[in-house]
Amino acid sequence: MSKKEIGLALLLIVIGGITAALNPLFLSGVNLLNMANLIGLFGIFAIGQGLIIITGGIDLSVGSIFALLGVVLVDLLVNFELAWPLAVLAVLGAGLVLGLLHGLLVTRLKLQPFVVTLCGLLIYRGIARYYTQDSTIGFGYAGAELDTLAWLASGRSLGIPNPFLILLLVAGVMAVVLHRTVFGRHLYAVGRNEEAARHSGINTDGVIMGAYLLGGGLAGLATVLLVFYTSSVSPSSFGSFYELYAIAAAVLGGCSLRGGEGSILGIVLGTVLLQILQNLVNILGIPSSLNFAVMGAVILMGVIADRQLGLRRQRIQMTRSQPAAAE
Amino acid sequence: MAPLLELKGIGKSYPGVRALDGVDLCLEAGEVLGLIGENGAGKSTLMKILGGVLPPSEGRIRIAGRDRASLSVAEASAAGIAFVHQELNLFDNLDVAGNVLFGRESVRGGPLRLLDRRAAAARVAPLLRRLGADFAPETPVAELSIAQRQLVEIARALAAEARIIILDEPTSSLTLSETARLLSVVKELRTGGTGLIYITHRLGEIIDCADRVVCLRDGRLAGALPREEIAHAAMIRLMIGRELRALYAPPGRAAGAGGLEARGLVTPAFPGQAVDLHVRPGEILGLAGLVGAGRTSLARSLFGLDPPLGGAVLLDGRPLRLASPREAVEAGIYLVPEDRKRDGLVLDMPIVENVTLASAPAYARFGLIRRAAEWAASEAQRAALRIRAPDSAARVGDLSGGNQQKVVLARWLSMAPRVILLDEPTRGIDVGAKGEIYALMRALADRGVAILMISSDMEEVLGVSDRILVMHEGRISGGLEREGFSEQAVLRLAIGEVPAPDAAGQQESLPA
Repeated sequence: MSKKEIGLALLLIVIGGITAALNPLFLSGVNLLNMANLIGLFGIFAIGQGLIIITGGIDLSVGSIFALLGVVLVDLLVNFELAWPLAVLAVLGAGLVLGLLHGLLVTRLKLQPFVVTLCGLLIYRGIARYYTQDSTIGFGYAGAELDTLAWLASGRSLGIPNPFLILLLVAGVMAVVLHRTVFGRHLYAVGRNEEAARHSGINTDGVIMGAYLLGGGLAGLATVLLVFYTSSVSPSSFGSFYELYAIAAAVLGGCSLRGGEGSILGIVLGTVLLQILQNLVNILGIPSSLNFAVMGAVILMGVIADRQLGLRRQRIQMTRSQPAAAE
Repeated sequence: MAPLLELKGIGKSYPGVRALDGVDLCLEAGEVLGLIGENGAGKSTLMKILGGVLPPSEGRIRIAGRDRASLSVAEASAAGIAFVHQELNLFDNLDVAGNVLFGRESVRGGPLRLLDRRAAAARVAPLLRRLGADFAPETPVAELSIAQRQLVEIARALAAEARIIILDEPTSSLTLSETARLLSVVKELRTGGTGLIYITHRLGEIIDCADRVVCLRDGRLAGALPREEIAHAAMIRLMIGRELRALYAPPGRAAGAGGLEARGLVTPAFPGQAVDLHVRPGEILGLAGLVGAGRTSLARSLFGLDPPLGGAVLLDGRPLRLASPREAVEAGIYLVPEDRKRDGLVLDMPIVENVTLASAPAYARFGLIRRAAEWAASEAQRAALRIRAPDSAARVGDLSGGNQQKVVLARWLSMAPRVILLDEPTRGIDVGAKGEIYALMRALADRGVAILMISSDMEEVLGVSDRILVMHEGRISGGLEREGFSEQAVLRLAIGEVPAPDAAGQQESLPA
C-alpha cells in the first residue's frame, strides 16, 4: 500500500467511526450490505474511469452510456425476447465498441478526450431518449427466464451482494493488469511521459486505445448491474452524473488528471469513501439536498490535503537529494 | 558622444560552468555591430543578459550613460533595447497592427479603453512603409511569410522607439532576395541613428553590412575587427583557435561492412534536400553542423519519429520501413535523444522501469512482468555503466544529468543495439561523466555497433569521431576523414563555405 492509500484508508475509518458514533445504525447489517451493493455498482465503472484518467484522458460519457445501453438491454430482453446471455454479450460488446470509438477519435484524430466524451454524453443520452420516446421502460411481467440474470446482477451469494463480489473480481483482475503486466507498465509510462514512451518504441496509440476499450467494456458490465438494481430505465435520468462519481472516486483514490498516477486499490477506496459520504448524509439526517455539497467539500479537502502533503514531501526530498545530485 | 550601450566585464557563471567571462562590448548610435562565434560560444547568454532574461554574475551594463548591475525585461525594453529573434515572438492570432503596438495600443472611449483600430493602422502604416513592407496593418499575421513576420518584429521595435535592435540569426529561414531586402532595411535603420547588433553564422552578411565585428569564443572576447579588416579568413581565425584536448581513443577493430545507410533521404524539415550517409558497424561517425542544419531532423527520420518524405533507409543492405520508432527499435536502431528529460526518460519512474521501458515484453511471462528478472537486468546495467544511485529503485528525476543519460544508454545497452544514434550525447553533463560516456561509445563501436553522433561541441566532434560528416541547411556539405580533421575544416563546411561540396558527402556514403 502506498502512503496515499494508507491515508485514504485512515480517512475512511475516521469518517466511518464518527458516523457510527453518531448513529449506530451505520454499522447495522442491512446498511452495510446496502452500501456494499452500491460500492460494487459504482466501483466497477470507477475502475474503467481510472484507467482512462491514468492515460491523461477522461470519460464524461459513462452516465449516458448507461442510459443508452440500459435501454438496449431492456429492449433486447423484453421486446426482442433475446436469450439473456446473448443480450448481456451484446451490451458488453456495445460498451467495447463505444470505448473503441472514443479511443480512435482520441488517438487517430488527436481530439481532446474531454471533447470527445462530452459529445458522447450528449449523443448517447439523446439517442436513448429518442428511441424510447422519453418513456421509462422496465421488465414488467417478463417471466422467470430472467431470474438467473436478475440473481447474478442483483442477488446475493453467501449473504454478500453479487455486485460487490463482481467488483472484487474486476478489481483483482485489473490490479494484475495495471500493476503486473507489460500493458499496465506502458499505460503508466504513456500517462507520465508519452514522448519518452514513443521514443522507446512503445505503440502509445495502442496503449491509449486499450484503456478506452477497457473503460467501455467495464461500462457495459456496469450497465447490466445498474439496470437490475433499478429494474427499469428512465432514459432522461438513468445514470446521469455517474461519470462525475467515477471521476471523483478516481481522483480521491489518487489518480491525477495529468495522468500517470493512480492504483486500483486507491480507486476502490475512493469509491468506498464516496458511498460512505452518501450514506452518512442519509443516516445522520442531513437534508439530502446537501448530498452533493458534502461530497464536493470532502473531495476538495482531500485534494488540498494531498497537495500540501505532496509539496512537503517534495521539499524534504529536495533537501535530501541535493548532495547526491551534486555528485 | 557617449556610446548607446557599453558592457564592462560581463561574466556569467553556472555551477561548474563559466558561460561568460569578462566580456566588454560597446555599441555606437548608427552602427551595425556583427557578433560571431561558434555554437556555445556565449552569444545567446550575452543576449539574454541584454534582454533582461538573465542577470549577469558580474560586470556593468551602461545604457545611454547610465550604469546598471543588471536589467529586468521591462527595464531593457524601457531602455530602448529590442530583439528580433530567430524564433519569432509574434501573436499569429492578431493582425499586424495588433502585434506592432502590443502593450501600447491606441485606445479611445476613456475608461472603457476600447481599441481604436483606425488610429492603430494610422500609426503602423508609416512604419511599414519605411521598412518597404508589402502588407497592410490589418493583415492577420498568420497569413504572412517568415520574412514578412520579421519585418513586423522590426516594426514593433521601431514602434517602441528602440534605439538598440538586436537581430539574432535573422536570415536563417529567408531566401536570398528576402535576405537582401532585410540587409537594406538594416542599412536604412543605421542611417536613422539606431544601433544594431547583428548575430549570424552567415559571414557574407556580416561583410555586407557590419561596421565592426566582435567574436566570442568559450565565453570570452576572442577579438574584434574594424570595418576594413572584415573578411572571411580573419573571422574564421577568430572563431576557432582554442586548444582542443586529446580525447580520441582509436577503434579496436576496423569498421565492418553493412551498417545503416540513408539513400536520398528527404526529411520533413528540409523537403528540398536529399541526404546520403552511411554509418558502418564499429565506427563512430560524427555529424557536425550549426544548430538548425537538419541533423536532429535526420536522426528523427532515421528513428521513425518523422517518417521520411522520400529516399530509403537500409540496414545491412536490407531496406527498412520506418513508420514509427517501433520499427526502428525492432530493427535495433536506437536513439538517445537531445532532450532526455522530455523524450528520453519517465522522470517519475524508478531506474529499473526506465531501463526496461523499451524491452518490458522480454521480461514478461504470459504478459506478467517478472520483477526479479528486470531488477537483475537493471542492476547489471547500473553496475556496468556505474550509474550513481543507491539502487535501481531510485527515481530517475533525482539523478544528475550524467547519470540520467547513462540510464537512457542502459535502456539500449540492455537490448541488442545494431545502430545507436546519439543527439548531443553530453549536453549538460559534467566533464567526468562525459569521459565515461565517450568510453562507452567506443566500447559499443568495438562490439560492432554503428554509432552516429550528432554534436555541436567541436571538441567532442573532433575528439570522438572516426569520421565526420557536416550538414549545412539540410544537406551534407562535406565529409572529413580522421587525418583531415580540423576545426577550421568543420567550420567551413558548417557555414557552407566550400563550393559544390555534395560530391564529398556522397563519396563518403557509397559502400566500399
